[in-house]
Amino acid sequence: MIEFLNRLFGREPSSRTAKERLKLVLLSDHLSLAPDVIEALKHDLFEVISRYVEIDAANCDVTFEQREKQVAMMANIPILGMQKRPAPPPVPPASHTNGSSKPARKASANGSGTPRRRRRKAQPQSMPQPQLAQGSPQPT
Amino acid sequence: MINQVVQDEVPVAGDVPRVRGRAIVVTSGKGGVGKTTTTANLGTALAALGASVVLVDADVGLRNLDIVLGLEARVRHHVLDVLEGVVTLDEALVTDKRVPKLRLLAAAQTREKDDVDTAAFRDLIGTLRDRFDYVLIDCPAGIEKGFVNAIAGADEAIVVCTPEVAAVRDADRVVGLLGDDRKVELIVNRLRPALVRKGKMLSVDDVNDILHLPLLGVIADAPDVIVSTNRGQPVALDPASEVGESYRAIARRITGQDSAAPEIPREKTFLGKLFGGRS
Amino acid sequence: MSARRIVLTSGKGGVGKTTTTANLGAALAKSGKRVVLVDADIGLRNLDLVLGVEKRIVFDLVEVVEGRCQLRQALIKDKRLENLSILPAAQTRDKTAISELQMTEVIEQLGALCDYVLIDCPAGIEHGFRNAIAGAGEAIVVTTPEVSAIRDADRVIGKLHERGLPVRLIINRIRPEMVRSGDMLGVDDVTEILSAELLGIVPDDEEVIDTTNRGEPIALVAESRLGAIYAKIARRLEGELVPFTTLGAPSFFERLFRKAG
Repeated sequence: MIEFLNRLFGREPSSRTAKERLKLVLLSDHLSLAPDVIEALKHDLFEVISRYVEIDAANCDVTFEQREKQVAMMANIPILGMQKRPAPPPVPPASHTNGSSKPARKASANGSGTPRRRRRKAQPQSMPQPQLAQGSPQPT
Repeated sequence: MINQVVQDEVPVAGDVPRVRGRAIVVTSGKGGVGKTTTTANLGTALAALGASVVLVDADVGLRNLDIVLGLEARVRHHVLDVLEGVVTLDEALVTDKRVPKLRLLAAAQTREKDDVDTAAFRDLIGTLRDRFDYVLIDCPAGIEKGFVNAIAGADEAIVVCTPEVAAVRDADRVVGLLGDDRKVELIVNRLRPALVRKGKMLSVDDVNDILHLPLLGVIADAPDVIVSTNRGQPVALDPASEVGESYRAIARRITGQDSAAPEIPREKTFLGKLFGGRS
Repeated sequence: MSARRIVLTSGKGGVGKTTTTANLGAALAKSGKRVVLVDADIGLRNLDLVLGVEKRIVFDLVEVVEGRCQLRQALIKDKRLENLSILPAAQTRDKTAISELQMTEVIEQLGALCDYVLIDCPAGIEHGFRNAIAGAGEAIVVTTPEVSAIRDADRVIGKLHERGLPVRLIINRIRPEMVRSGDMLGVDDVTEILSAELLGIVPDDEEVIDTTNRGEPIALVAESRLGAIYAKIARRLEGELVPFTTLGAPSFFERLFRKAG
């Protein structure tokens, strides 16, 4: 009877709810099941970021969090400064965000696939000192 | 490990010593007869009556208490994290927003039952009894290490049994293993009165002629349990659900608020089926 | 020539592994194959009960492994089907009573005697499970269209893949009317989530309770709807391409004409 009323008032069928919940819980179960995949992911992530900025590898961290209907990946990557060597070639415009540099920020990618990781625009000439947040160590 | 004490878990203030909570293991031997559903719903019903309740999932590696309760997205840590000192008990306990006095302590999903030290688990149950009125332990299927761990620390047991030969046989085995020191009671689950009448299903008496246990409750088979698990909303929260009412009645019996003998569900009339049978 | 050695497993208890083992075995035997069913649920045996041979058990799997009897002495021949035999589990021991190696040896010995060895796996993914899959060359995962069962099936499929065992899926106890009303996950939902090859779809049928009470596998009940379905699954197992009949007729007639495969 309750289910009939639920449907009457536009609530989604329970089988659909079940399917969504299952997909999410299995992803979560799987992430625990494959630590090597998580390690590879972390390794690749740090490697890519370290091509652009110098990172404090010893203090990097990546965690996965269940948030309502999504699994979110949270990466905490302390940045020590700009890389001395030339930056790699610029990527196509669609993935650029604005160029302000704020070190030690949380990068997060949510399950819907919209990355919010920000990075500096590539600068081929002598690089200005980055605007470091208060309290962060200045590179020497 | 210093545990923060949460206000509503300490019902008695001042000098009066707290009465120790009850630790009840929900077991069966046979899988799939409704242990997890029963643990979830009894826990919910007891908490709704005002008792402080913690549900402990002892099914390491195949946890489901979280998903039956609809709390799977909020599980961050589990029993082994607590036993191994990775987190405190309070960090591991999951709160149920719908039922303020209910907490869940989840099982580890990617570990094994052998990883749990029985004595440590028993101590944990003891700690929980000091903080909660009721500690309900969801036992895994079988009679191996998982079962041995789950019953450690519980001085009461609820045996869940369906009226089917294989389930009764396994329940009988489990009753033997529970020994004489524990209070053991029976819940007969998923009864289909129409089939019993036709002689195609064992009756409650048939089951208890073999098991000889005090009867705590009888629950009819009903499709709304499937729907409730789909949604992660225990039927005990649904005032219109008959199965929910059965669980609520069992909870009242457990707390002593109701001492009447359990009702045996009756066969549905045609009209009963139309308006009350399915939700 | 050695037999096909198939383990029937699920993770979750109570989804129908034993019922499926018994009925699939009966269907295969009925079609002329020599079949041995092995109950690997040491301590909580039930395959004997489902087949109605519980009063005829003399020796069991553990006694075979411990050398206290010959393998042939422990095998119980089904009185209804001469091609069907069962090797029962021990009831008063536990799953540590035999090792994976010992299990593998027994299964190999059995493989020389028949066309199919079907191993009924206990619930869980630990000792009993590891014993049951030792010696198997393929796996059938049985699940119901319910959240907990599917979650556990997923876990078990992962474990089977780790062992390199090919996996096929049987969806058991589906209720077409509940699928239609959105109250139960459907076949497509389940296969999408589990991504395993579908072997069979078995609808929920209250007759199974009755036949189990009597120790008579429903696959042997003449003209039974489920019997026809198990026969189809047996043919699919043999490699025949048998289409799945779509579930559900118009709702008024669905109890009469409900089909599956």
